[in-house]
Amino acid sequence: MTHENKPKRFLFMKLSPIGERRYANFKANKRGLYSLWIFSVLFFFTLFAELISNDKPLLVHYDNHYYFPIFKVYPEIAFGGEFETEADYRDPFVQDLIKKKGWMLWPLIPYSYKTIKMDLPSPAPSPPSTENWLGTDDHGRDVTARLIYGFRLSVLFGLSLTILSSCIGIAAGAIQGYFGGLTDLIFQRFIEIWSGLPLLYLILIMASIIEPNFWWLMFIMLLFSWMALVAVVRAEFLRARNFDYVRAAKALGVGNITVMTRHILPNAMVATLSLVPFILSGSISTLASLDFLGFGLPPGSPSMGELLMQGKNHLSAPWLGLTGFLALSITLTLLVFIGEAVRDAFDPRKTFKR
Amino acid sequence: MPILKVTDLKVYFNVRKKFFWSKNNADTVKAVDGISLDLNEGETIGIVGESGCGKSTLGRAILNLIKPTDGQVLWMGKNLANLEKNEMRNLRKDLQIIFQDPLASLNPRMTVGQIITEPLKTFFPNLSKAERRERVEEIMLKVGLSPHQINRYPHEFSGGQCQRIGIARSMILQPKLLVCDEPVSALDVSIQAQILNLLMDLQKETNISLIFISHDLGVVRHISHKIAVLYLGRVAEIAENEDLYKNPKHPYTQALISAVPIPDPDLEQKKQRMIIKGDLPSPLNPPSGCRFRTRCPKAQEICAEVIPVLEQISPTHIVACHFWREP
Repeated sequence: MTHENKPKRFLFMKLSPIGERRYANFKANKRGLYSLWIFSVLFFFTLFAELISNDKPLLVHYDNHYYFPIFKVYPEIAFGGEFETEADYRDPFVQDLIKKKGWMLWPLIPYSYKTIKMDLPSPAPSPPSTENWLGTDDHGRDVTARLIYGFRLSVLFGLSLTILSSCIGIAAGAIQGYFGGLTDLIFQRFIEIWSGLPLLYLILIMASIIEPNFWWLMFIMLLFSWMALVAVVRAEFLRARNFDYVRAAKALGVGNITVMTRHILPNAMVATLSLVPFILSGSISTLASLDFLGFGLPPGSPSMGELLMQGKNHLSAPWLGLTGFLALSITLTLLVFIGEAVRDAFDPRKTFKR
Repeated sequence: MPILKVTDLKVYFNVRKKFFWSKNNADTVKAVDGISLDLNEGETIGIVGESGCGKSTLGRAILNLIKPTDGQVLWMGKNLANLEKNEMRNLRKDLQIIFQDPLASLNPRMTVGQIITEPLKTFFPNLSKAERRERVEEIMLKVGLSPHQINRYPHEFSGGQCQRIGIARSMILQPKLLVCDEPVSALDVSIQAQILNLLMDLQKETNISLIFISHDLGVVRHISHKIAVLYLGRVAEIAENEDLYKNPKHPYTQALISAVPIPDPDLEQKKQRMIIKGDLPSPLNPPSGCRFRTRCPKAQEICAEVIPVLEQISPTHIVACHFWREP
């Protein structure tokens, strides 16, 4: 086999020459590429938020033993204290106990998103200082810590919502486009009615009955967000079902599901993929707006929308509003830049300077 | 006993209704309007006609890829329209199709190996990887592709090679009937000959029956045992190959044959051409009576009133014309 030519690979996927061109086009768009890098690095580090920002030390050396408070719960007695409850490492009493017989290694930011700082020099919200880089909020919680956890929560929420709604949207669009006719007609009318329901009001009403949590919010937003992709996928399937190779596959007796997944879906994925970053940024901003209105995640959860609400309530503490605004706008801008780069890379008519 | 018997096959398409509650505004295109033919094992029937006369629709309706509106397709005595889903799926092994545009009929994201293996995976999921590969390489050799090209993508091949891939894909299941839907009209003349000869060789080897759809009379003459001439969804004439060319009875057949260019300038100059006027009428609103009458040099009043029936003028020659006896 001397003439075998290996296609280039991207991650685990085989790249067709078109794929190679798209990958090159994406890389040629520096703005999108750097945005992707910045976003990935930020997301990667916030995934390990517990190691960066926590109210427990990373490592305690006490009495010639090593303790890892982040991964294991130790009672105060272990360090010579009085209570059997978990040691509060921020308590000066516990700190003294440990320092007598050892040392502690703290994370970069020694606060968790729910740590309430008791010994503030000024009433909460207190301005930025060397201890609290972005100040504290009105409960005396460190804004930097809340920002890190909030970013992670928003992006995770957005990502899971995007993945779930893409799955449902692609499946729905595929069925409509592939079978067409009456199936398509009925489904389209259903979507028109369904998309007429006001999502925000529905959540407001539901929030007054049940206390929303992460999964519950996800579910109710999923009920509506899947429609974003249906139109695109349906159009692709409507077009592709008359391709000769799809007809050939049907004539070969290949089953409907195989035809859809093996022959049509890879082609429909192009249009789908270029929409995904925009759906992601849309989900993040919807979550932020719900949190801002106070109908989002349960109270106490770190979130960018909640930070914005505090900024609105405490205009005299501009670091709250500014931080929230900058964090949210930078996140969304990065995602939109990535989305634009992906969209342009998939556009066959665009030519790029190399 | 013919293995395929098509009786009075009709395929109508509803084009447009003005409002979905009004019943009678549906426009129907009678793409195939009562076609009957039969095909023996190892035989090739050529189907010719100008574009829009229902050649491709006929081919697809025979394979049950389009549901016939009326009429029967009997395959080995079984009516395809009444078959259960599973039975039909099993019959797909025997009934295959190749398409006009060789590149478009191959999924651009699959390698040649994957494309040719797909039917095997569908019908023989228990074959081992090595067995599958062996059979794929065998069929690739048979259609004139070299097995080391197995990992290439369709766009890396020429049109003729792509058509060979298409043929390999349909032949790997050893079908008994192959519908060739204008398989060579997108190819260069020299390549056309190669593909035609390949099909004929395969036919000799496997005794497969071919339905060969084309608008090129020269091509059809080369490959077919008998030829059906269609006009606007109806059969104009069916005859044995040489009989049709030497002794065409229907004025449309005569016109078609006189339009075939002769590759000799002197003969071509002297040739008597029979020129038919006008364009193909709209299939939405076909002429009454004989459908060819609007363009026929022999047309008379009777042609507008009475639909000509297919008359048997010899055991292998049928024609639908009121005036076939006249020269």
